[in-house]
Amino acid sequence: MSIAEILDDLDYGPAPESDAEARAWLARHKEGTLLYIGGEWRRPKSGRFFDTADPATGAVLAKVAEAGAEDIDDAVAAARKAQAKWAALPGHERAKVLYAIARMILKNSRLFAVIEALDNGKPIRETRDIDVPLVARHFYHHAGWAELQGQEFPDRVPVGVCGQIIPWNFPLLMLAWKIAPAIALGNTVVLKPAEYTPLTALLFAEICAMAGVPAGVVNIVTGDGATGELIVRHPGIDKIAFTGSTEVGRKIREATAGSGKALTLELGGKSPFIVFDDADLDSAVEGVVDAIWFNQGQVCCAGSRLLLQESIHDAMIEKLKARLATLRVGPPLDKAIDVGAVVAPVQLERIRSLVAQGVAEGARVYQAKCEVPGKGLYFPPTLMTNVQPAQTCARVEIFGPVLVAMSFRTPEEAVALANNTEYGLAASVWSESVNLALDIAPKLKAGVVWVNSTNLFDASSGFGGYKESGYGREGGREGVFAYTRPAWLRKAKPLAEEKPEKAELGAAPALPGLVDRTAKMYIGGKQQRPDGGYSRPILDRGGKLIGEVGEGNRKDIRNAAEAARKAAGWASASEHSRAQILYFIAENLSARADEFAARLAALSGARRTIARAEVEASVTRLFTFAAWADKYEGLVHRPPFRGLALAVNEPVGVVGIVAPEAPALLPFVTLMAAAITTGNTTVMIPSESAALVATDLYQVLDTSDVPGGVVNIVTGDRMKLGLELAKHDAVDAIWSFGPRAMAEAFEKASTGNLKQTWCETVVRDWTDDRISAGRDTLAHATQVKNVWIPYGE
Amino acid sequence: MPSPAAARETASVHHLPNALPEHPDNPGVPFDLDPVAAVRVNLSAVERRAATLPGRRTVKKEWQAAWLIRAIECIDLTTLSGDDTEGRVERLCAKARKPLRDDLKEALGLGSRRLTVGAVCVYHRFVATAKAALEGSGVPVAAVSTGFPAGLAPFETRVREIEASVADGADEIDTVITREHVLRGDWKALYDEVRAFKEACGRAHMKTILGTGDLKTLRNVGKASMVAMMAGSDFIKTSTGKEGVNATIPVALVMLRAIRAYREMTGHVVGFKPAGGISTAKDVMTYEFLMKEELGNAWLQPGLFRIGASSLLADIERQLEYYVTGRYASFDHHAMA
Repeated sequence: MSIAEILDDLDYGPAPESDAEARAWLARHKEGTLLYIGGEWRRPKSGRFFDTADPATGAVLAKVAEAGAEDIDDAVAAARKAQAKWAALPGHERAKVLYAIARMILKNSRLFAVIEALDNGKPIRETRDIDVPLVARHFYHHAGWAELQGQEFPDRVPVGVCGQIIPWNFPLLMLAWKIAPAIALGNTVVLKPAEYTPLTALLFAEICAMAGVPAGVVNIVTGDGATGELIVRHPGIDKIAFTGSTEVGRKIREATAGSGKALTLELGGKSPFIVFDDADLDSAVEGVVDAIWFNQGQVCCAGSRLLLQESIHDAMIEKLKARLATLRVGPPLDKAIDVGAVVAPVQLERIRSLVAQGVAEGARVYQAKCEVPGKGLYFPPTLMTNVQPAQTCARVEIFGPVLVAMSFRTPEEAVALANNTEYGLAASVWSESVNLALDIAPKLKAGVVWVNSTNLFDASSGFGGYKESGYGREGGREGVFAYTRPAWLRKAKPLAEEKPEKAELGAAPALPGLVDRTAKMYIGGKQQRPDGGYSRPILDRGGKLIGEVGEGNRKDIRNAAEAARKAAGWASASEHSRAQILYFIAENLSARADEFAARLAALSGARRTIARAEVEASVTRLFTFAAWADKYEGLVHRPPFRGLALAVNEPVGVVGIVAPEAPALLPFVTLMAAAITTGNTTVMIPSESAALVATDLYQVLDTSDVPGGVVNIVTGDRMKLGLELAKHDAVDAIWSFGPRAMAEAFEKASTGNLKQTWCETVVRDWTDDRISAGRDTLAHATQVKNVWIPYGE
Repeated sequence: MPSPAAARETASVHHLPNALPEHPDNPGVPFDLDPVAAVRVNLSAVERRAATLPGRRTVKKEWQAAWLIRAIECIDLTTLSGDDTEGRVERLCAKARKPLRDDLKEALGLGSRRLTVGAVCVYHRFVATAKAALEGSGVPVAAVSTGFPAGLAPFETRVREIEASVADGADEIDTVITREHVLRGDWKALYDEVRAFKEACGRAHMKTILGTGDLKTLRNVGKASMVAMMAGSDFIKTSTGKEGVNATIPVALVMLRAIRAYREMTGHVVGFKPAGGISTAKDVMTYEFLMKEELGNAWLQPGLFRIGASSLLADIERQLEYYVTGRYASFDHHAMA
């Protein structure tokens, strides 16, 4: 084209990034890439290879080893062999290795960026300006945690060998999010990159060797879902960390149930992007571009649901349509394009079919008439209007450059619409009013809230979901908890199988000489008869009947869970008020200490002094958690931006708690207090043999101004009732303290809504404050929300 | 936009005629506080857009050459120094007529193109000099005016200065606003001032310099832009080049968005002139990308886009020489302005 002709239109023209170095790297691996195990490159014992292709052209880039069962055995063995020695190194030594990795990444930054763009189809601009810098930053930041681990986390130890499975949308960045914290804190890893995008992980393995990572600390195994499953089910692995779809996340939760493996999941999303009428609309438009037309919309936290206040709805839609016309779709290696290629044919097909379904359900589709290359996996940036929450396209994660727009009338309705999703990964709020924005942020059920911004990430700030977007945090201090565990757990013994000496159910004789006392369920602040109309006798140590409790069933659990949900306002009571109520419970329990001690002694056969000590410990425990109420504070993170990144500890919601069989009182009080001091509401299943202690306690709760529904107590079979809780999809967390079979059943059943699980199977020292009444316990009762608030005038 | 009327206007952007005038077409509108109050500018978000744009767009090879040629055509070649003389201005005008060496022009395939800068910009004292020097070239003469750069001369004096420059043949008048009006939020006073300047300009195009470095906040920039346009400015211009901070990409972005909002509100077209500190080919291309992305091709013409610069041209010439020859040029291979 002549310059004179170009001057007529001033188009951009091609601006290709050279792929010569990347091609040379690929040529060095043309016999097929290998597995990185124990610091060596090994041919797969499976003997199998698969292809990875360039989504922009369909051309095969490389033949990639497929790790089979023996390969995974080898990788896990190598990681296990390396772990103790790696963990025993001084933090500073580990820090130096991470620092070297960060440097090596920067020294090879363009090669990483180009290979990533080739393998994934994302624009070179993004890999160069976003992915790779964030990757280096992640290693720098976590070099710091290695350095400070001894000082900052003296009571925590590494989890051990971590199996890590990562997605194809940010191949290298997700690798960094997994590997950096794991190895910084003394774990070793077996990581499997996604089968569509394995290449940068292999380049990373090459630089690991050069950066001085000891053999076996980082093992990279390539393969597809079957390889992933081998990792998930491998008995030699202590923790699974997964980023990917909610569907696969559920399968992993199920597969690991009862295995004792720690688990963190970072799953899907349908994140709201809320624009209020006082927002800077032009900037919000650019926010939308960064939210959904970034990485072809293949972003778990993409702002894919646009919620517009009615008064600015039309103006904003028009602005978006105009903006769509200037987006450039094209080859990923062109330096001046905005949207590249979708990763794989199956993904493109999925996007197409979901958009078509949206149209069939009444949505209108707007696509700018931008040029889209004829060949390759491209989908034009798309805006869908006339969308209602009931339509599929408003609910399902499309995972493509497709935005659905809806309107709202009031801030309250914006929150309701925003939260009307099974997901809870991220949200974006646009308003020039600090009052409005900061009012909305806490009300959104999402792990990350960006005010007047979107898709901001940094190693210093935790990232992770609420609800069915998963659990666990990556990044920042909260991320450290995902790769360490309390030191006492190392030596903890498993709980014995329970063999309750069950008395016969049925109509029990009244106790002679006393007015009959009927212990009921405690639901919604009221004593309620068991739905089933059966009672369960409670015997003393000598086998003598001392009372009955109701035999709870599914409907009692349903009623209790409903009451707990209705009491959600408890979360917005001030910390001071919650503390006051805990103190009040303590006061009333203390006043009845003799009675409780007598009950405990009768039930357990323990000496009165020991029983008395348990009551006193329970009173103390209530004080301890009352003290924590306004002292389990959040953090202000320090990401490199002008603004505040607030890590706020929020309650999980409704917590189902299956207390241990023994002791009867202290664990029950501990778990209840931990849950409610942080703003949760609870459904509690007490010890079976000592359920009368719990039913005595509700009278204490009744006299202590505990709002109805904050604590609900259902007595009966812990396994059965716990399972009902675990299956209840409006219960947000399940805690249990019982044998392995219990944990397995509950963890399996928890997948319906991916509730958070704390199913402990070991003997715990309930009397030790550091073990049972400290930050570890509170961390289970809370989830961290990161609120990013850029500022400046 | 809180006012429903404004929102409706915004929503109707696609009904505007597609063919844009090549030159500003802004008679102004009656003073109205609503559009001023409706201005919302989020600094962090604007900065993010400004910071990421240069990474999103680039031009290479012949495209880069073409974009640089267009930049030349949009330059207001400027001299605004206390030691300016007629000789100095004549030398500048000679460069304005012939900004690029003939052999380079030929090599770029533009031998037959009338290639000049967008205008020559001088103090009133040299308007007549420049007019004479540019006779027949088609290059307009712009005069900075109204007590440039501070704009604090007596009001009558400032109006008289415009009239004098127009009388001397100035085609364009670069006025400066009283920054005090913005800093005090006295939008009506600002409107009246600019309106009076516009009347004094007569048929000469009026560029209104906001002195954005003095206005400090982007909200002030956005609001001042809106008032200046309502009062009839043909161009809004960032800076005199004498403030502590001159043209920046975030400031430009806010002004361009204001131009778009004003057009959506009134249908009138206003041009943009960043000035001060734009001295490299790389810098100027970022402004060009911004014009194309935010306002479209119509604003990539000298009729609606000017770049106030004095040393920029020299860098562009050297880049073009590199494109043609593959060699980095000696500074002395290009005629000085």
